[in-house]
Amino acid sequence: MTFSTMLATMGEGMLRTCLIFFLTLLFSLPLGMVVMFLRRSRFTLVREITKIYIAIMRGTPLMLQLLMWYFGPYYLFGMSIRGYRFPAIIIGFAVNYSAYFAEIYRGGIESIPRGQYEAAEILGYSKAQTFFKIILPQVIKVILPSVTNEIITLVKDTSLAFTLAYNEMFSLAKQIAASQTSFTPFIIAGVFYFVANYAVAFVMERIEKALDYYH
Amino acid sequence: MILQMNSIQKSFGGLEVLKDISFHVDEGEVVSIIGPSGSGKSTLLRCATFLEKIDAGEIRYMDKAAVTTNEAGRAEYVSHSELAKVKNYFGLVFQNFNLFPHYSVLKNVMDAPVSVQKRPKEEVRQEAMELLRKMDLENRADAYPCQLSGGQQQRVAIARALALKPNILFFDEPTSALDPELTGEVLKVIRQLADEKMTMVVVTHEMPFARAVSSRVIFMDKGVIVEQGDPESLFGDTQEERTRQFLRNYQR
Repeated sequence: MTFSTMLATMGEGMLRTCLIFFLTLLFSLPLGMVVMFLRRSRFTLVREITKIYIAIMRGTPLMLQLLMWYFGPYYLFGMSIRGYRFPAIIIGFAVNYSAYFAEIYRGGIESIPRGQYEAAEILGYSKAQTFFKIILPQVIKVILPSVTNEIITLVKDTSLAFTLAYNEMFSLAKQIAASQTSFTPFIIAGVFYFVANYAVAFVMERIEKALDYYH
Repeated sequence: MILQMNSIQKSFGGLEVLKDISFHVDEGEVVSIIGPSGSGKSTLLRCATFLEKIDAGEIRYMDKAAVTTNEAGRAEYVSHSELAKVKNYFGLVFQNFNLFPHYSVLKNVMDAPVSVQKRPKEEVRQEAMELLRKMDLENRADAYPCQLSGGQQQRVAIARALALKPNILFFDEPTSALDPELTGEVLKVIRQLADEKMTMVVVTHEMPFARAVSSRVIFMDKGVIVEQGDPESLFGDTQEERTRQFLRNYQR
C-alpha cells in the first residue's frame, strides 16, 4: 500500500473524526448551559440529582459510557440497535462533555462579582437581560482558557469511538498498521491530532485576543 | 414627599441591624447619613433600594406604597410589576462603582435607558454625552472602565444613574474606595448636583462634605437613628453624647 492510498483511506476516517468533534461541540456546549442551570437550581432535589449526574459523567470512563449508550437499549429494553451506532456515539460524547462544560460555566458564573447583578437590578434590567447582556459576555471571557483545554481533550477523545467499532481515523490507522505491518499510519494519526489541536489553540487564542479589550 | 420609610426592621440571622428606623426625604433635600461601621447605614440604603428585603415596616416612594406591614407584623412587598415601576423613582451609586467592564463609558451610560426604558437611541446618546460633559468625561466616552481612574469610574457610575432620570439618587459611601486625591473630584460632582436641587441620600464618612452640602444630617449607631438635624446644629450644637464621641474621632 502506497503512502497516498494510506492517506486517502485515513482521510475518510478524518472526516468521520471531524464529524464527531463538531457534532459533540454543537450539542454539548448548549447542553452544558442547561446542566449548569440545573446544578444551580434553587430546588435542592434538582441540584442534588444534577450533582450525581455530573459525578457519574466525570467519575466513569467515557469508553464505558459509550458502551452503555450503545448496548444499553438492547440489554435493558430488548430494543433493536441496528443503525444506532453513530447516534450513540454522539449522545455519549455530548452528554459526557456537557457535564464538564457545565462545571466550567459554573466556575465562570460564580467568579462574576455580586455587584454586577446588583447594578443591573438597580438599573431595571430583567433577569434575562442581566444574564445575556451583563453576565454571559463576562463569563465567556473568563472561561475561554478552560474551554480550550476541554476542546483539545475532545479532539483526542474522538478516538474512543473505536469502542463501538466506528471507523473514525484512529480505528483505520490501527487496521492499516496491522494489515500492512507499518508504523506510518500512526505517524499520520499523530500529525493529524497535533495539527487539529494546533488549529483549535490558534482559533481560541484569536478569540481571547478579541476579548482582551477589557478586564 | 419622595421617600418615606416607617418603622423599618431588618435582621441578619439573629442580629438586628435596623431597629425600628423611620425617616423621610423631601424633594430637593440632600440627606447625609453618618455613623460608625456596622451602624446599619448601608443596610438602610440597601433596604430602601430593595437590594435587601425588610422584615417589617413601610416604604413609600412618591406617596405610593412599595412595602407595607400586614397584621402579623411582616413586611409585604407589592407585586413584581408594581415594584418595577417604583424602582424607576430611584438610582443608586455604589461604593465600588460596579460599572459593566465589557461596555464602553458611553454604553454604560446609554444601555439602561435604551434597553430598559426603551427610549430612542439618538436622544439617549445626546443626553448621555451631555451627562458625561457635566462629569467632565466627554473625551473618555469611548474608553473602557479599566482604563479609567477610580474617580473617573465613579463619575461614570453617577452619569449612568442619572441617565435614567431618577427622582432620588442614593450614594453608598461613594468615595470610600478612592484615594484621598480622587475623593475631591467625586464630591465636587455631588455638590454640583446638590446645587441643581437633585434629591439625594448620601451615606458618607466625609464629615466636612456632609456639613457643607447636606440639608439634613442623620447620625446612626447600632441600628437606630441617634440624632438628626440640619448640619450646623448636628455638628455645631451636638445633643447626644454618642454623636459627640463619634465626631470627636473625626476631628483628631
